Amino acid sequence: MMNIVENFDLFAPRLINKQELISSGHRACSGCAEVLAVRLMCKALGENTVIASATGCMEIISSMFPTTAWQVPWIHVAFENAAAVASGVEAGLKALRKKGKIDDRYVKVVGMAGDGGTMDIGFQALSGAMERGHDMIYVCFDNEAYMNTGIQRSSGTPMGASTTTAPAGKVSIGQKTWKKNMPEIMVAHGIPYVATACPSYPLDFIRKVEKAKSIQGPSYIHCFSMCPTGWRSPSHTAVSMGRLAVETGVFPLYEVENGHYRLSPDMPKKLKPVKSYFKPQGRFRHLTPDQIEMIQEKVTVEFGKLVEKAKFLKTGNE
Amino acid sequence: MKASPEGVLTGVHFMDGDHAACEGAIAAGCRFVAGYPITPSTEVVERFSVRIPTVGGMFIQMEDEIASSIAIQGAAWGGAKVMTVTSGPGLSLMMEHIGLAVMAEVPCVIVDVQRGGPSTGLPTLPAQADMMQVKWGSHGDYQIIALSPNSPQECFDLMIRAFNLSETWRCPVFMMMDEVVGHMVERVEIPPADQIEIVPRRWTTKKPSEYRAFEPGPDMVPDMAKAGDGYKLHITGLTHDERGYPAMNVPAQNRLVRRLSDKILKNRDKIVDVREDGCEDADIIVVSYGITSRVAGAAVEMARGLGLKVGSARMVVCWPFPDVEIARLSRKAKAIVVPELNLGQMVGEVERAACGDARVYLVDHAGGSVHEPERILETILQAARDAGLGFKTEAERS
Repeated sequence: MMNIVENFDLFAPRLINKQELISSGHRACSGCAEVLAVRLMCKALGENTVIASATGCMEIISSMFPTTAWQVPWIHVAFENAAAVASGVEAGLKALRKKGKIDDRYVKVVGMAGDGGTMDIGFQALSGAMERGHDMIYVCFDNEAYMNTGIQRSSGTPMGASTTTAPAGKVSIGQKTWKKNMPEIMVAHGIPYVATACPSYPLDFIRKVEKAKSIQGPSYIHCFSMCPTGWRSPSHTAVSMGRLAVETGVFPLYEVENGHYRLSPDMPKKLKPVKSYFKPQGRFRHLTPDQIEMIQEKVTVEFGKLVEKAKFLKTGNE
Repeated sequence: MKASPEGVLTGVHFMDGDHAACEGAIAAGCRFVAGYPITPSTEVVERFSVRIPTVGGMFIQMEDEIASSIAIQGAAWGGAKVMTVTSGPGLSLMMEHIGLAVMAEVPCVIVDVQRGGPSTGLPTLPAQADMMQVKWGSHGDYQIIALSPNSPQECFDLMIRAFNLSETWRCPVFMMMDEVVGHMVERVEIPPADQIEIVPRRWTTKKPSEYRAFEPGPDMVPDMAKAGDGYKLHITGLTHDERGYPAMNVPAQNRLVRRLSDKILKNRDKIVDVREDGCEDADIIVVSYGITSRVAGAAVEMARGLGLKVGSARMVVCWPFPDVEIARLSRKAKAIVVPELNLGQMVGEVERAACGDARVYLVDHAGGSVHEPERILETILQAARDAGLGFKTEAERS
């Protein structure tokens, strides 16, 4: 992988946009994988893009003057309505284009939010937008808790993680419920394209955003983005933790195009044990071997289901 | 009734207002909190989530404030003393359910750690700009109770009063904190449990066959029955009769909505709390609440140093509005100065109560920090000049 990153230009010169549409100098924590993901997303989207962003880390770190980082039209709305605002922008652009009030170039509307803004408070707006079939991309940047307000649990927080509102201690193991399977919920909306992605696999991520961009209609990308601050692990581990999440099957990379599942080529044939992923993270440090075994079982079962779904597709995996 | 010693952290602490508010709630008997993270109030629920498993209660983090504000109402009917905690944007989302809590007479405490608005505004900086929203934000006619602490100690003390008021009058009670009070760290003294007076839930003593869920007692408040104890409970946001069944007609609406308002307004003497200092012979009175009252205190001292007779009146309870007290003060004083961290909210109420007897001056502030005492002093001096009162400025004195 290191070679690929070093030879980025050589490797895929036609695919990667040289423009930085979210500039450096923003206020993200060191080792933030989420802003790296936003940067890669922007490269894939190009400048004919309007972004509606919910409240969250990415809003706070990228928008504050004088460190405003956005080079594309960007609107911050409230916490619960990124998808609704993106719907409105898309419908407005469509109407203006139809009346000939704006030029004919194609502009992609993108809604973005964190895991809380997508799976909890923004869920209703997202479900509505997907059902109405707006021509938009919605990207969830999932760092598995409300990091902007200080590491509170969300329905994206995985079983056993300690957060400030689901603290591990004598009585509790921390988060007591399984992470909400958001990509599956989006698949159930019957939208043309759903994908999971991770900035630790930049080319895979860029390809998926480009594919979503090329599709007329709603698409959903669930981007797993590690948060060193909230996960209580060193900031240099951001990329390696993302890779471990994928290699252990905790966060499998796949895409669903018109109902057809395909595992990404980056998925390993044999998964690593989840404990190798848990070990560097402070939020899982309290887990006993039994509890880790329970989580391992669930991961194995879930990954098995996914492999089953992807099995019958002719292209893709063997 | 005395507080249960379980969970009361008796002793002297050094803690911020958010943490003190959480301790107050636990001491008051709160055993269920549903909340959603929002700056600057999150610390209250963070502490609660750590503390409550040790005293046998529950914290649920909900998917948003809409859900939080209704989960507590379900828990209240299940028998728990309940609270939710939020800040401006979350309070805006809760509005429909605040109306429901009023209509279904659900005892609950809603903590609003105020920040600058409108919309996302200033998440990490103070304001007092939700004062009108808590009173008028939900649709329809109603009354609520709102308290305004000005220190971490009061976040503890008034939280206990908030729970007691909500149990007594069966209505949502608001703790109108702000970012500064919430994050300010001070000495907080938590008394022994046997010195904390607690109002228990008004459980009915009637048999299930005689019980009618919304039949008011002599104080206009009905007694409650716990869901699941064999009593017939039909809870609705629709206009209902004394049995709780929907009754969509003029007499039922008139009877219910009037009673919901009157149970607060006609019992206002038992609720309002105005703390007066030096108002007996004052020419100018500074009326303030919350964190602004502490800044106003400095301005009042400065004005007295210049030879002016200045009193201060602090509204510890902002809703129901202490109109009788303000009217009495305005008849004695020549001017009233109202500093608040908004562009003029409670000042309108003060003007209404003063009824032209004293001239009312607003010291506004768009939010983001507390006032500078000098700005309040400036307005006090302006009021003194307008009223023809003599005083010597610092320059003249030296």
